[in-house]
Amino acid sequence: MHGGMSDLPITFENATVRAGAITILDRVSLAITQGEPTLLIGPNGSGKSTLIRLGMGLIEASEGRVRWGGRANADSPRRAMVFQHPVMLRRTAADNIAYALASRGVPRAEQASRIDALLDQVGLKHLKDRPARRLSGGEQQRMALARALACDPEVLFLDEPTASLDPASTKAVEDIVRATALRGVKVVMASHDLGQAKRLAGDIVFLVRGRVIEQARAEQFFTSPATQEAKAFLRGDLVI
Amino acid sequence: MLEGASALDLIFSGDANLYSIVGLSLYISFFAVTLAAIVGFPLGAFLALVNFPGRSFAIVVLNAFMGLPPVVVGLAVFLLLSRSGPLGFLGILFTPRAMIIAQSLLVLPIIAALARQTIEDLWAEYRDELTAMRVGPAGRVATLLYDARFSLVTTLLAGFGRAAAEVGTVMIVGGNIDGFTRTMTTAIALETSKGDLPLAMGLGIVLISLVIVVNGIAWGVRRYGELRAG
Repeated sequence: MHGGMSDLPITFENATVRAGAITILDRVSLAITQGEPTLLIGPNGSGKSTLIRLGMGLIEASEGRVRWGGRANADSPRRAMVFQHPVMLRRTAADNIAYALASRGVPRAEQASRIDALLDQVGLKHLKDRPARRLSGGEQQRMALARALACDPEVLFLDEPTASLDPASTKAVEDIVRATALRGVKVVMASHDLGQAKRLAGDIVFLVRGRVIEQARAEQFFTSPATQEAKAFLRGDLVI
Repeated sequence: MLEGASALDLIFSGDANLYSIVGLSLYISFFAVTLAAIVGFPLGAFLALVNFPGRSFAIVVLNAFMGLPPVVVGLAVFLLLSRSGPLGFLGILFTPRAMIIAQSLLVLPIIAALARQTIEDLWAEYRDELTAMRVGPAGRVATLLYDARFSLVTTLLAGFGRAAAEVGTVMIVGGNIDGFTRTMTTAIALETSKGDLPLAMGLGIVLISLVIVVNGIAWGVRRYGELRAG
């Protein structure tokens, strides 16, 4: 599917992110490798979004470093991202996808068929000519997925994409994420929904207060967590 | 009341003098706004997107210049274009060209400042997505200008309203020469002082009608934009 060099594995080496006096990520060392989805879980404010942004290359580490396939290319077109609150451009649904395709350098002649395929993939083909900003929250999130997939990414980052969606929309998004992962795209997704993590995760990265407390295969994490914090989090206790 | 009736009579009888004045006013304001937009939109986008030392100061000055007194702009352009001035060799003082230049300087801060605000707000909203999509600087500017298109049209119309309604700059650099540089506003000022109230009132009615039409268009464009693009 991809030519050239791979962005995987993504390695964080003692990566610290500070905003003023506050440490948001604290000496995170982590390798994200090819395979099933990696779910970043933890309470609000644990640094999930910041870790996603760092992995996407949107921000830089204050200390330590991030490497993509061993290289320091912060600006690769092979990573795409979906935000918690996606912003639709002031155009139709189809034109939003066309924009993403054009920014990726897809020739105009190829765009029409790609747009149809992508909208079909997220179940929004019937809304093609609607202004994207008039779509519902769930539809906008699926649009954001289609737009991210338009970049034909190797790695797809998702920052709590279902945090403000109803169950039906959440299921639609999860189905797309699952299908995307099955096609070989590496999914890295932040979530504070344990049920969602169980449904989607191959690996779990558990964060508390900016530190990676535990990293494990999903079944191992959910059946026999290694740390007190993870046990408490899984019991439903408030982990602060 | 007699003046009012005569004024309407002038308008509806298609008085050649009145319509040539209206035509010149529209011509000058149209080109002044076009010139101001050519400079003002990129300037607004630059101020919205590029951080440089003194940026805040530049924005404050630009905002303050939205309220530039027209007579002062007129005076400045007069000094530039007068025969002994630095641009005196152009020989365009007291011509419609001078009026277009003066009005575009008057309108430029309005267009640039409103565009700056619009683009900066939109950029705050779009920053993450466009960065994640790896859109380069030129692509960003193009995207923001395009997606702000409906707001920017209303910015143009605001500039047009200002240009069409002001009297100070065109009076000073145009000279209010009959049949050559006489606009609606300068004619109203002159005719009123001469006592030819029907012509002054007729022009006043046309001017106000035009301003209402322009604002109606602005409102319509905004509504259309909200419906079409959200």
